[in-house]
Amino acid sequence: MSAIIEEHHHDDHHHGPAKGLMRWVFTTNHKDIGTLYLWFSFMMFLLGGTFALVIRAELFQPGLQLVAPEFFNQMTTMHGLIMVFGAVMPAFVGLANWLIPMMIGAPDMALPRMNNYSFWILPFAFTMLASTLLMEGGGPNFGWTFYAPLSTTYAPPSVTYFIFAVHLMGISSIMGSINVVVTILNLRAPGMTLMQMPLFVWTWLITAYLLIAVMPVLAGVVTMMLMDIHFGTSFFNAAGGGDPVLFQHVFWFFGHPEVYIMILPAFGIVSAIIPTFARKRLFGYASMVYATSSIAFLSFIVWGHHMFTVGMPLAGELYFMYATMLIAVPTGVKVFNWIATMWQGSMTFETPMLFAIAFVVLFTIGGLSGLMLSIAPADFQYQDTYFVVAHFHYVLVPGSIFSIMAAVYYWLPKWTGHMYDEKLGKTHFWLSFIGVNVTFFPQHFIGLAGMPRRIPDYALQFADYNMISSVGAFLFGFSQLLFLVIVIKCIKTGKQATAQVWEGAHGLEWTVPSPAPYHTFSTPDEVNLKEAHG
Amino acid sequence: MANDATYQNYYVPADSKLPIFASLGLFLTVFGMGNMFNEMTAGADTTFGTMVLLLGGVVLATTLFVWFSKVIEESHAKLYSDQMNRSYVWGMSWFIFSEVMFFAAFFGALFYVRAFVVPWLAGEGNRGPSDMLWPNYVAEWPMLNTPDPTLFPGAHTAMGWWGLPLINTILLVTSSVTVTIAHHGLNEGNRKKLITWLGLTVALGIVFLGCQVLEYYHAYTDLGLTLNAGIYGTTFFMLTGFHGAHVTLGTFMLLVMLIRAIKGHFKADDCFGFEAAAWYWHFVDVVWLGLFLFVYILGS
Ligand code: HEM
Ligand SMILES: [Cu+2]
Repeated sequence: MSAIIEEHHHDDHHHGPAKGLMRWVFTTNHKDIGTLYLWFSFMMFLLGGTFALVIRAELFQPGLQLVAPEFFNQMTTMHGLIMVFGAVMPAFVGLANWLIPMMIGAPDMALPRMNNYSFWILPFAFTMLASTLLMEGGGPNFGWTFYAPLSTTYAPPSVTYFIFAVHLMGISSIMGSINVVVTILNLRAPGMTLMQMPLFVWTWLITAYLLIAVMPVLAGVVTMMLMDIHFGTSFFNAAGGGDPVLFQHVFWFFGHPEVYIMILPAFGIVSAIIPTFARKRLFGYASMVYATSSIAFLSFIVWGHHMFTVGMPLAGELYFMYATMLIAVPTGVKVFNWIATMWQGSMTFETPMLFAIAFVVLFTIGGLSGLMLSIAPADFQYQDTYFVVAHFHYVLVPGSIFSIMAAVYYWLPKWTGHMYDEKLGKTHFWLSFIGVNVTFFPQHFIGLAGMPRRIPDYALQFADYNMISSVGAFLFGFSQLLFLVIVIKCIKTGKQATAQVWEGAHGLEWTVPSPAPYHTFSTPDEVNLKEAHG
Repeated sequence: MANDATYQNYYVPADSKLPIFASLGLFLTVFGMGNMFNEMTAGADTTFGTMVLLLGGVVLATTLFVWFSKVIEESHAKLYSDQMNRSYVWGMSWFIFSEVMFFAAFFGALFYVRAFVVPWLAGEGNRGPSDMLWPNYVAEWPMLNTPDPTLFPGAHTAMGWWGLPLINTILLVTSSVTVTIAHHGLNEGNRKKLITWLGLTVALGIVFLGCQVLEYYHAYTDLGLTLNAGIYGTTFFMLTGFHGAHVTLGTFMLLVMLIRAIKGHFKADDCFGFEAAAWYWHFVDVVWLGLFLFVYILGS
């Protein structure tokens, strides 16, 4: 089936999806591929979550109870890698696939076959990565940041498969991002200017640009590792004139933009949801676009804030400190705009809105701890403690992950044609909200008190807070099964959704029926531009 | 910007078996390679890994061949509008940008090593550990004496820029000119000019690669310059090596375009494949100029 207008022996765009399992393997349809990405991401979320619960179970009490320290290290490493590359990033790509063509009035992604290729590389990559846990010598055990020489000279042999898995993820991300950029630049409905695009499209355009810029650098750094391990080069070996700190520079040149890759699409989602449920237009659309662009630009020049304690020259410390603090300015603009959008709006609190508001509040807490960490002399104390863990989990879990959940609740009726169960949705929200805070808030305190990260055992004075943290983690983890139930229930049954779904919703995706037809906007005259952005 | 006239012809390809085979091929390739490297480093038998690698390579290459043929076929069947062709143009440009960033990582490593690591190793700024480990180490670039010569025996002579590298520069710069002349031939509808100059470009690419093989041979046998020769050898071979790999790919792309030109493909307003290969070639050329300056001239 295809939307070929000129080729007559094929059917036109009214044709539905192919039958059977092979539909999903061979599909070139952006909605199918979006669905694949989202389910894949959810599976990875559960796998990475299981690893996290192993960690929290071991840390429930001081002393070594459940797992050997060596295995504990593999768990922290795989948890981080799977969540970053397997759960958060593919979820955003899935949302991009579903939504961008519908939001800009395009018939599909620009390069549909390559779109399928980008997705189907991932199951291979993550199978290979996960299988390292069963290999001789164990899986990667050097942390998700895989600092050399832990990841080179002292790494288990499975590191080679880790390196190639990263290469596969990189290839997938680069192709996926090229597709996104090209779709946005070339396939907008006639008359839609850049400054009419919904913010989700804007933030993804900038995210895709960041991805194309930094994934090759990640590929570069793992290639350097590969050469050091197998071919006798000395990139990260000072005995040959190299430097382990060089690894950190190259890694974080990728790594810091990477954390923005995981938050910019979230900004876009929240900027779509808050106006809908506040029943007001987004406050400061243009300033949102400029703030996002400045954050992206700044993200390239602040990587040193992860390296305050490696012994950089004083000028470097000061430069990275002030540059990092600058990011708080555009971030503040965004938070201000979201609050101003809600100000005097006639708000209702459906599940997507609850997640979006929690995002604004809790992400801001994460931003503030980030600001504390950016003060170089203070970071000397915080570095490698649970305070850092608390910081990045506040921006990533109630930040990125909450935004993904908000997005799923918000657009699920459009995808399935049914309303989800609002009561269950709210229950899921409150359980997650409480779970997240109980897990991560105490980590600020034990971090400030000096508990190091990535350690299976700890001193007695940290026992109480760790116990609380573990309880919260299990609460949060098991609540996600409820999410699964809600989604499946919504696919199968539920109140029929209208085209607009939400009373206050604006945007082209709400002008097509629910569930969205297999092919949308195959011809440009279907597009009503007045509805373009929310 | 899209407009009604071009938008109408948008073509969404039907379901395709190609990507899943391409994924499988890619997976087998990297899995085989990983297995091979691991066994090699462990001093064990590499047959299994090598076989998987070859199998993966064959699957991947065949799939890509069918894939590209199909795209060409669709293009000849006039399924693509101008707008769709623009998608390919944008796609190729962003791909080249990603390649630029890949090289940026390696150039960045070279600059960092030269500007900071080497002086610090020699004790500049009293940086503690490195002074204590190798108190007698003296900074120099090219680094011929490494801090620990038992682990990383340095080269005894650096690679100069005179001779082969200079010849290679001339070859590549010339080839950028010849490919442009070929493009002019295409625009003028002069197929003979297109084929002649494109053929010459491919030949220059192959000669360049031949010279590079000679240069590597010279480095290993006469200069003691190896991958294992410390950071100078490391950066030298990784930068020139990845560049050489890209020249190989670029030459191959141009060769395919040459065959297509001989078969009568391309018109002045319908030559995306040719243009993409030509842009890639210019990109490879620019990287070489960077290498020639920073690795050869300023590096020796
Ligand atoms: C106001 C903005 C932010 C500032 C000023 C900031 C600052 C910092 C600093 C200084 C560190 C290094 C701490 C250390 O290792 O000692 C850090 C770590 C980290 N940040 Fe942020 N951050 C901000 C926002 C974010 C966002 C939005 C994300 C992701 C969505 C994020 C994710 C991370 C991660 C993952 C780490 C830890 C990496 C690791 O060592 O494993 N940050 N942040
Ligand atoms: Cu950072």
